[in-house]
Amino acid sequence: MTQTALIIRVRGLTRDYDMGAERVHALRGVDLDIPRNEYVAIMGPSGSGKSTLMNLIGCLDTPTAGQYWLNATEVSRMSDDELARVRNREIGFVFQTFNLLPRASALHNVELPLIYAGVSARARRRRAAHALDRVGLADRAHHRPNELSGGQRQRVAIARALVNDPSILLADEPTGNLDSATSGEIMTVFNALHGQGQTIIMVTHEQDIAAHAHRVVTLHDGRVHSDTARHAA
Amino acid sequence: MQIFEAIRLALQTIWANKMKTAFSVIGVFIGVTFLIAVVSIVEGMNNYMTDRFAGTLLGVNTFHLRRFPNFQTGEVTEEMWRSWVRRPRISYEDAAAVSAAISVPNVSAWESANRTTLEYRGKLARDIEVIAATERWFDIRNMPISAGRAFSAQEVRAGTPVIVLGWELTERLFEGRDALGKEVKIQGIPYRVIGIVEKQGNLFGISLDKFAVTTAFAPAKRFVNPPGVVDALMLKANSLGELQVAMAEAEAVMRTRRHLRPTEDNNFAIETADAVLDFWAGINRILMIALPGLVAISLVVGAIVIMNIMLMSVAERTREIGIRKSLGARRRDILSQFLVESATIATVGAAVGVGTGLAGAALVNAVTPLPAAVAPWSIVAGVALGAGVGIVAGIYPASRAARLDPITAIRHET
Repeated sequence: MTQTALIIRVRGLTRDYDMGAERVHALRGVDLDIPRNEYVAIMGPSGSGKSTLMNLIGCLDTPTAGQYWLNATEVSRMSDDELARVRNREIGFVFQTFNLLPRASALHNVELPLIYAGVSARARRRRAAHALDRVGLADRAHHRPNELSGGQRQRVAIARALVNDPSILLADEPTGNLDSATSGEIMTVFNALHGQGQTIIMVTHEQDIAAHAHRVVTLHDGRVHSDTARHAA
Repeated sequence: MQIFEAIRLALQTIWANKMKTAFSVIGVFIGVTFLIAVVSIVEGMNNYMTDRFAGTLLGVNTFHLRRFPNFQTGEVTEEMWRSWVRRPRISYEDAAAVSAAISVPNVSAWESANRTTLEYRGKLARDIEVIAATERWFDIRNMPISAGRAFSAQEVRAGTPVIVLGWELTERLFEGRDALGKEVKIQGIPYRVIGIVEKQGNLFGISLDKFAVTTAFAPAKRFVNPPGVVDALMLKANSLGELQVAMAEAEAVMRTRRHLRPTEDNNFAIETADAVLDFWAGINRILMIALPGLVAISLVVGAIVIMNIMLMSVAERTREIGIRKSLGARRRDILSQFLVESATIATVGAAVGVGTGLAGAALVNAVTPLPAAVAPWSIVAGVALGAGVGIVAGIYPASRAARLDPITAIRHET
């Protein structure tokens, strides 16, 4: 496999936090390669560093040391605004708490990444409507988040994550706030997206959710503890 | 994010927080209202002073040679008054000699005036200023004829009893019917109406259209002034520089004619609009210094209020900022979002202030004799100041918002 086929290539990734006088080593040198169209679950107990890794992969944070190439571009030394651009173009986030803007309609929430990408209003509306349609919420476009169920909100968030055609869909405990039936519904959406070629990285601590992924990376004390393929994908 | 988008977003936020916005812009609102209203009143006074007063009552680049000044800005003491009335009057010979001595191009007219009653078929118009003048009076006073004509030099020389009426007299005596060619009587002597002066309007509640102008040597002259005497010689030059030359020449001629020694004061007055305009300019200057101060105070208060509201808003919307950043908003996107919001809030407040100020000026115009006139620059200044205050007040909150760390912001509980 050539390096360009790797969407994510991480070497010796380290992240330390200064908590007052104490120095917390959240990541202690992680190596990870994720090729295109993989469906990866990152697992591990609290404090294992999975959220930190998630933030780094999502370009919300920069490492203390180590290197991170996203699509063969080193992002570990980028400035704030360059990272913002990478988040905008390459990464679609799905959060546990949905993180929709409460006063905006579903459609407007989905439009947000396109606004920051500088897409014209008309193209934005069309693409956002299409993204909502993909998650089966075309008829809820003008509802506000508080008028939607938890599963519908998470699907709006997925539509928002996908609207810019990102390289990776990055989901942080995407079913953490949902009942099991709705969780299953969201996992069906993920499976379908993966089937369409979407690369998905998902942080979870639930085994049955992780079971949907084709590869499970377990972190422990800031290091990769295990890395196993579930299916022959 | 485009500015348009940002303004739309800001307006949505404002609409969602109507009360908060209303309170936050009160300082800017008051400041701008005050600015517009006061500037309108000052501007109205200005227009009056320069157009009406200097332009019509005294005339542009014009001096009046009189026994004593007609307009006095300072106090006139009993003693001054007694010395004034002892002065000799301006004789026909004085006026003619002065006119003859002026070396610069000029237009001159004689004027004598008194208040009396006009009559037309039993209808009376009392307390009318009847002016006996020479033909160029209308040019110097800038009184255009709206119907008929002014009198000619021949009519003046012949003392023909023709009369030009102020607009209000045609209403009072003729009730709007055609007055031209009719005869009005002054002290029993008939005068033929040959012209109507364009409507001049009101000033401080006083009509400027209650006058009639007849020829300088008409029979009416008798009760206006003693024989051989005029109230004023009016002389208009083409420029201020030439006016000054003319004034110096007039003064020299008059001093010679009056046999004044170098140590003696003038026993006549050469009056221009300058003294009055200087006096007004002084008041104007004080107002224009005090006004920005007062406006500035309310705008500073307004800015502080807006800054606090924006800081609250940034704190309340920390999570929103985190979400936006995670979706690719750069620092400058967040910065401009909050700056535009703050500027939009302040501009909305300023716009309402402009509206209220205009309404206030219109009200002052309608119910008081003050002639308020809206200065277009004050509207521009009001809105620009509002937007400026909004931007200045927004800088600190917006830069705080822009610098928020996305991870911390997105986890922020509200």
